[in-house]
Amino acid sequence: MVAGSAGRCGDRTDRRTATGMGGVSSAGRCGPCPRGGDTFTGPFPSCRFALFLAAAITPFLSNMSVYGPVVKIHPVVVASIVDSYERRNEGASRVIGTLLGTIDKHSVEVTNCFSVPHNESEDEVAVDMEFAKNMYELHRKVSPSEVIIGWYATGYDITEHSVLIHEYYSREAQNPIHLTVDTALQSGKMSVRAYLSAPMGVPGKTVGVMFTPLSVKYVYYDTECIGIELLQKTRTSPSRTNGLTSDLTQVAGSAAQTQEMLSTVLAYIEDVLAGKVTADNSVGRYLMDLVDKVPMIPAEDFETMLNSNINDLLMVTYLTNLTQTQIALNEKLVIM
Amino acid sequence: MLAQHSTVSLVRPCFLSGSQVVLKIIKHYQEEGQGSEVVQGVLLGLVVEDRLEITNCFPFPQHTEEDADFDEVQYQMEMMRSLRHVNIDHLHVGWYQSTFYGSFVSRALLDSQFSYQHAIEESVVLIYDPIKTAQGSLSLKAYRLTPKLMEICKEKDFSAEGLKKAAVGYENMFEEVPIVIKNSHLISVLLWELEEKSTVPSKHELLSLSSSSHLEKSLQMLMDRVDDMSQDIVKFNTFSRNTSKQQQQKHQYIQRRQQENTQRQSRGEPPLPEEDISKMFKPPQPPPRMDTLLIAGQINTYCQTVKEFTSQNLGKLFMAEALQGHNS
Repeated sequence: MVAGSAGRCGDRTDRRTATGMGGVSSAGRCGPCPRGGDTFTGPFPSCRFALFLAAAITPFLSNMSVYGPVVKIHPVVVASIVDSYERRNEGASRVIGTLLGTIDKHSVEVTNCFSVPHNESEDEVAVDMEFAKNMYELHRKVSPSEVIIGWYATGYDITEHSVLIHEYYSREAQNPIHLTVDTALQSGKMSVRAYLSAPMGVPGKTVGVMFTPLSVKYVYYDTECIGIELLQKTRTSPSRTNGLTSDLTQVAGSAAQTQEMLSTVLAYIEDVLAGKVTADNSVGRYLMDLVDKVPMIPAEDFETMLNSNINDLLMVTYLTNLTQTQIALNEKLVIM
Repeated sequence: MLAQHSTVSLVRPCFLSGSQVVLKIIKHYQEEGQGSEVVQGVLLGLVVEDRLEITNCFPFPQHTEEDADFDEVQYQMEMMRSLRHVNIDHLHVGWYQSTFYGSFVSRALLDSQFSYQHAIEESVVLIYDPIKTAQGSLSLKAYRLTPKLMEICKEKDFSAEGLKKAAVGYENMFEEVPIVIKNSHLISVLLWELEEKSTVPSKHELLSLSSSSHLEKSLQMLMDRVDDMSQDIVKFNTFSRNTSKQQQQKHQYIQRRQQENTQRQSRGEPPLPEEDISKMFKPPQPPPRMDTLLIAGQINTYCQTVKEFTSQNLGKLFMAEALQGHNS
């Protein structure tokens, strides 16, 4: 059923155009092949074959779980991808770019990316490879440990052009990862998916490329976590802006958050006591742990500890104020 | 050093468009800047009316002895040219630097910021404090040189008279520019997605009470600076003592001369020629005032950070007390 779409089609030979990569471009639609089971000439796999397979797999993607190595992505990568999508040229429907990162035994960590200019039309796709090489060199100067581990494209589907671009990237890195970021929100939300390509088919006769999905995990450095938390606040403000607050307001904010969490827990407990919700033993154990975390210290000891800490802090404040007065005085005497 | 609170609201904020600038800076420090090394990079963006918008950034590689022939300017040029191809704003609007416990006021910073500000009036330097950020709250501040300081730098007149003329004190050196982060709708969608998919529990570092080591370190740096300051003061005192001594000597010399002249006149001899006094008594070199100013500015920043820190900690301690009070 599938083999028939491979092979040389009558009208396809005429429309073979060379792309910047020196390969066969993906042609447009062609009619049913007059002869089935023909051998495919040319170095590149049949794109329609790949497309069919990708299309067959897509409905199952949301249900697929761990399948091969795990791809760990830092949020900076996705943010840059979204930003380059917003800056794309007029008429371009998607952007592509290179992914940089490190490879582990079991996982791949994507830490950086840059976009690569490319032109895409019905018949051909051209990617500026010189640019990609240059950018990679520049990036290497800053972080020599990052290597090319794949490429990304915005959009929901894997198109025929993707296969060609993927071929190119497999020359740059072994087993490149293909990442798709659905910026057009076709599936209702911005899904980020990763794929590995695997050759398949009948060797010697019809070969194709299958994109197998990988599981995507987001990893953060500690500081990134905190940065993201701050950025999350912009979601809720009406103008999507957020200023950076300082000192006591932050503590107040954290305290308010903790208070919220405590009230949720309290509401749950009341429901359980009133019999509205069945008690869950594991939750009960967590609650026990929570209450135990507040240390039982006799009142006088705690008073002394608290007072000594407060005294230290007050002393430091006093000394810093003194220093500030001192330098102000010094300035008046010496400079002015 | 920082403009007073009343004037901060008059300073127009600078906008960080999109979260990738913040995330890139964080990542750059995390990967390349362990220890007390400073990481730097360039900010790109545009100036809209009189508002500054920062839209992207790229890092600078570290300076190492092996790459002595590494051409910084060339790297920058290449990077900007490449970024132009992908429609990223290639206008230099500032630069960023990481800091170690809040110490960033230095001559180098002043010079770099001056050259940036000379080209573009609105440019800022973003100071990122990774250690403070790891304690719970993103510490990213933007500074710009005050117009008064710009004047002085332009004329390169760093002597005491120059500073006095412009009335620049350590408090009017830099002005802090409030930062506002603006996100587009797509990025908001991304943030929602991250929140759903993220398996990392949110950290509550901010409420941790065990941050005394940070306080110790800050105070240590403050003490070092105060030592520098006192050395400077000693130098200045010696200088003023020397000048006054010299003045006295000059006076005495002139008086003696006059006396001799009157004596000679009374004896009918020609008076001695008036010698050039300034050549005889060379005035001592006044110590450079700019360094004092910078040290004072740095001490001020340290003091501000320490005070912020103590106020936060006091709040946390009172919260702990409330928690304990309920228990007992």
